[in-house]
Amino acid sequence: MSGQEHEWTDLMRSANAGDAAAYHRLLSAITPVLRASARRGLLRAGQSPDQSEDIVQDTLLAVHLKRHTWDPKAPFAPWLFTIARNKLIDALRRRGRRVFVDIDDFTDVLPGEDAPEPANGVDVAAHLQLLPPRQRDVLQAIAVDGLSISETAQKFTMKEGTVRVALHRGLASLAARAREELS
Amino acid sequence: MKTDDLIASLVADHPSRMQPVWLWLLAGLFAALPLSAAIFMMSFRMRPDLASAIYNPFFDFKFVVMLVLASVSAALSLHLSRPGASLERWGWLLAVPAGLLGIAIVADFAVPQRNSWTARLVGSSAMACMASIPLFAVPFLAAALWTLRRGATTRPMLVGALAGLMSAGLGGAIYAVHCMDDSPLFVATWYTLAAVLVAIVGAFVGRRVLRF
Repeated sequence: MSGQEHEWTDLMRSANAGDAAAYHRLLSAITPVLRASARRGLLRAGQSPDQSEDIVQDTLLAVHLKRHTWDPKAPFAPWLFTIARNKLIDALRRRGRRVFVDIDDFTDVLPGEDAPEPANGVDVAAHLQLLPPRQRDVLQAIAVDGLSISETAQKFTMKEGTVRVALHRGLASLAARAREELS
Repeated sequence: MKTDDLIASLVADHPSRMQPVWLWLLAGLFAALPLSAAIFMMSFRMRPDLASAIYNPFFDFKFVVMLVLASVSAALSLHLSRPGASLERWGWLLAVPAGLLGIAIVADFAVPQRNSWTARLVGSSAMACMASIPLFAVPFLAAALWTLRRGATTRPMLVGALAGLMSAGLGGAIYAVHCMDDSPLFVATWYTLAAVLVAIVGAFVGRRVLRF
């Protein structure tokens, strides 16, 4: 296992201990790897790599909402790649194909050979507009406008606890909407 | 949306701690218990000879095997709630309730009996058993599937089937309070059929609701 993967495991352990900076570093570190493997997976399935950013964002949402299912005694990378593979299969299935995805597409953690440019995700942005107004406003303020929890609370004259709940519910509904598109 | 923006919102949500799946499952099953018990009270009575039946090991065995089935299925479904987990190392646990049934059947043949083995197998309440166990299992199944959604299984159908076995085990333990048939032959046939039925329902519902 590479040093990078050990670093991820350590970062996730620190994140679980409450270190938000470590969590940010981890998510930023895995994103280019997820992007490269999503592009590779789409290309292998004969699909345009355009939607790779949607897969990346779906995967990040799942990583976030399911992080309690990672076993802190186990390395982080296999857990991450299982989720990424699952999200790639979902994305391909959404386009109506039965697919088999080789797990080897994900085990190579070198950042993409052609270092793809980060694009904007389309799906999450579209789903955001369909959220209940309060969740949408809070998510938009924090994600797009870059406000903190307390700034968001001030802006909408809400309690911080209410902002936190709306944020968490908003993220959970974003993930749920991506899933519903499948069935 | 830019991925960096999404990451910022995920980091902002990081303090939201998620409780482990087992805690949710346990809470869900406890919440379903009064509902199943209420359905039981409305439809059945406890068997009239309950006070003496508890001294009959074959009566007690029904609770043991049903609760072992429920525990094993619960443990396996929780194990599979981690992405990428498989039954490879732990699947044999499912043989434990089956093995217990086998031992009990041998014991059933070893002790003197009033009725023939066919009469013991057919029993007096096969249809009631087949209908009631799934009925009592429904609240548990709903609770199990609902709480297992907090996990992240890559085997949704299998986890759904295990949720079915878990619920049937608990439903079977409730039904056993009423059931007059104590022969392990009866349990192995009718309780098992009922459990398979609930497991099939669980598998198909699980395939839809347990995807993440």
